[in-house]
Amino acid sequence: MAKQITVSGLDAYYGSHKAIEDVSMTIEPASITAFIGPSGCGKSTFLRTLNRMHEVIPGARVQGKVMLDGQDLYAGDIEPVSVRRMIGMVFQRPNPFPTMSIYENVAAGLRLNGRQAKSKTDDVVERSLRGANLWNEVKDRLNKPGAGLSGGQQQRLCIARAIAVQPDVLLMDEPCSALDPISTLAIEDLMVELKSEFTIVIVTHNMQQAARVSDRTAFFNLAGQGQPGKVIEMDETSRIFTNPSEKATEDYITGRFG
Amino acid sequence: MAAIAVFLVVEAVPALRVNKGDFFSEVIWDPNGTQTFGIAALAFGTVISSLLALVMALPVAVGVALFISHYAPRRLAGLLGYVIDLLAAVPSVVYGLWGVVFLVPFITGPWKFLNEYLGWIPLFAGDSVAGRSVLTASVILAVMILPIIAAISREVFLQVPRSHEEAALALGATRWEMIRMAVLPFGRPGVISAAMLGLGRAMGETIAVALVLPATFGISFQILTAQGNSIAANIANGFGEATPIGRGALIASGLVLFAITLVVNIAARLVIARRKEFSGAAA
Amino acid sequence: MSAVQHISPARRFKDRLAGGLVYLAFAIAVVPLVAVLWMVIQHGVARLDLEFLTHSMRNIGARDAGGGAYHAILGTLEQVALSSLISVPVGLLTAIYLVEYGRGGQLSRAISFFVDVMTGIPSVVSGLFILAFWILALGMPFSGFAGALALSILMMPTVVRSAEEMLRLVPNDLREAAYALGVPKWRTIVKVVLPTAFTGIATGIMLAVARVAGETAPLLLTVFFTDSINEDPFNGPQMGLPLYVFDQAARPTDVAVDRAWAGALTLILIVMLLNLAARFIGWWRSPARNR
Repeated sequence: MAKQITVSGLDAYYGSHKAIEDVSMTIEPASITAFIGPSGCGKSTFLRTLNRMHEVIPGARVQGKVMLDGQDLYAGDIEPVSVRRMIGMVFQRPNPFPTMSIYENVAAGLRLNGRQAKSKTDDVVERSLRGANLWNEVKDRLNKPGAGLSGGQQQRLCIARAIAVQPDVLLMDEPCSALDPISTLAIEDLMVELKSEFTIVIVTHNMQQAARVSDRTAFFNLAGQGQPGKVIEMDETSRIFTNPSEKATEDYITGRFG
Repeated sequence: MAAIAVFLVVEAVPALRVNKGDFFSEVIWDPNGTQTFGIAALAFGTVISSLLALVMALPVAVGVALFISHYAPRRLAGLLGYVIDLLAAVPSVVYGLWGVVFLVPFITGPWKFLNEYLGWIPLFAGDSVAGRSVLTASVILAVMILPIIAAISREVFLQVPRSHEEAALALGATRWEMIRMAVLPFGRPGVISAAMLGLGRAMGETIAVALVLPATFGISFQILTAQGNSIAANIANGFGEATPIGRGALIASGLVLFAITLVVNIAARLVIARRKEFSGAAA
Repeated sequence: MSAVQHISPARRFKDRLAGGLVYLAFAIAVVPLVAVLWMVIQHGVARLDLEFLTHSMRNIGARDAGGGAYHAILGTLEQVALSSLISVPVGLLTAIYLVEYGRGGQLSRAISFFVDVMTGIPSVVSGLFILAFWILALGMPFSGFAGALALSILMMPTVVRSAEEMLRLVPNDLREAAYALGVPKWRTIVKVVLPTAFTGIATGIMLAVARVAGETAPLLLTVFFTDSINEDPFNGPQMGLPLYVFDQAARPTDVAVDRAWAGALTLILIVMLLNLAARFIGWWRSPARNR
């Protein structure tokens, strides 16, 4: 079930360094939201605060509120582990578990919640691989290592692994930056297919990609040299790319800096 | 390598010729006097003391490695890693000295306790419970190989790519589940070879065992009693007063030790090679 | 699934249990290891004086106080230096062959395999080999040099392994840059590859030296014992520090055991110094310092 995320007044730190400041936004359910902006402006950091992966890095911490359909993810009695269970993530570089087969990779998340009947796991694995448009390519070699696939296939395997646990939200951190154009297109098509079921948030350096796939776009930028990153503007993707209200956004998308 | 084997064989043959017992099954080791000797008791003592040491050291060493790589605070971890490296370099004779001066008298009490209350387990049975027993030797060996195994395991655990750990965490894994999903499978070949290296060290360890064990001959699973010996320790103890036949016999026993460690090493290599397909070389 | 749920108690319990066990393992490990170090320092300091460092054990019985380890320290230093002289050039050349010339060929794979297997040779076996080959078959006397031979059997695979790893870390671009300038292969290796890998190789050698410095068993079989100073490593029995500790520890009197502790402390200090030297070389040449 796709869910809405509401963020208010969020700051994120690495030790004493403030990486992002006072971010507030609403991410609509069952749609694709893209984050764009120059390197080092805190897009990925912000993305990682949404499923509490940010705090995995030693010394990193977060202030502010992230609400998933009205529930505060940073409330005292919420465990990061269960947050991540509901908000899946796909990383910049494909990272299938090298010691596991394709099948085991997809089933990895399921196995965390106790043993299930083999037939049920089989069903979920097939559904997830089909969902990730990978089933036809790998159905005959499910027991081969995942690391033997091509880069694009590996990334789709990682998407299959993420959606196998039926999360509400799917976070994607530059999922195509390590892939060739054809694999990139395959992933983009996949995102559009998946958005009916999941709320998708994607960080991208590729403005065409944001324009092609996303419904809404947020533009991040540094407040100044050495300052934390902030959200400059967030709107419908079509508006951001045709008629942005901020000068900085227009400069960025027309390639005048960044 | 081959030269080592050849020369050992050449020097051992004359002694084996005069041997009145069967070399592989004879328990008595008396090449100087009755010229009867066999490897059975020594090989048994070597294998059982080393295996016990490995059983004790491996879980602890893996725990220590995990502690340093994934549990301890960053700064403490760096310091601890350094300490473990230094401990791995402490010469074995120092552990032997500590064993004979401190551990042997100290551990007699606990062993008596084990014997009294767990004596119904055959391993802990026996009458003459003493500090100079196989189990004590195993404890010393375990302490000795622990830093080696821990240092290598920590090294492999630290090499686990961050992206694999994050992949597990992002699926909603707890820290332990993350370790089981990403860290342990990735580190397994490294840990196995570390364990085998430790086992090899324990089997070849001469001095610590020679100082502790009473150098009796016999095969017994009663690891708390005052008996036991190992190939390497026997070489160290017996070499000084050996006749030419005795030397040949000791060399023959060294050959057996060589063969055992060779088998262990090759076994380890096979285990690692079998998992190679999944080793993540492509990732 | 409506709201964020708590993880199941079983999973939480397992996580806590595993964490607890890891901490416990650490505690279990620290106790004996620290105990060993502590006892060595505590007992060793008592006898670690000038007399200990400058006198031998000549004419001193097990019951007599005094005496020292000068002969053993001298012996250890000579034996280790000799074995380094043998195994470092051989090991380094082997590593260079493996990395630069024999990439993946039959011969290099065979060498690689033997090096791996040699790493696992028990130290006592290497001592036996030198005994069988050098002393029994060739009729040479027990000597420091024989001990050095045995030690270099143990040292060589370690040197090869670490040097090989370091050479492999040298980027291929560097080699190609040199070839592109028309520099012949051997000059490339000597002038470009070796200097680049120098730090790592030196560290590896220091660690290998530290390891063999503490070996007892091979010495026992090749160097034999003596209580006197013997400065000539090619003739007659010598002593080594590990051997000295073993010898004194086996004597049943308190003064002898005290000497053993002092010897152990000296040995640890030497090994630690070598280790620190290795770290220092690594730090001194590291890019971080020159920033």
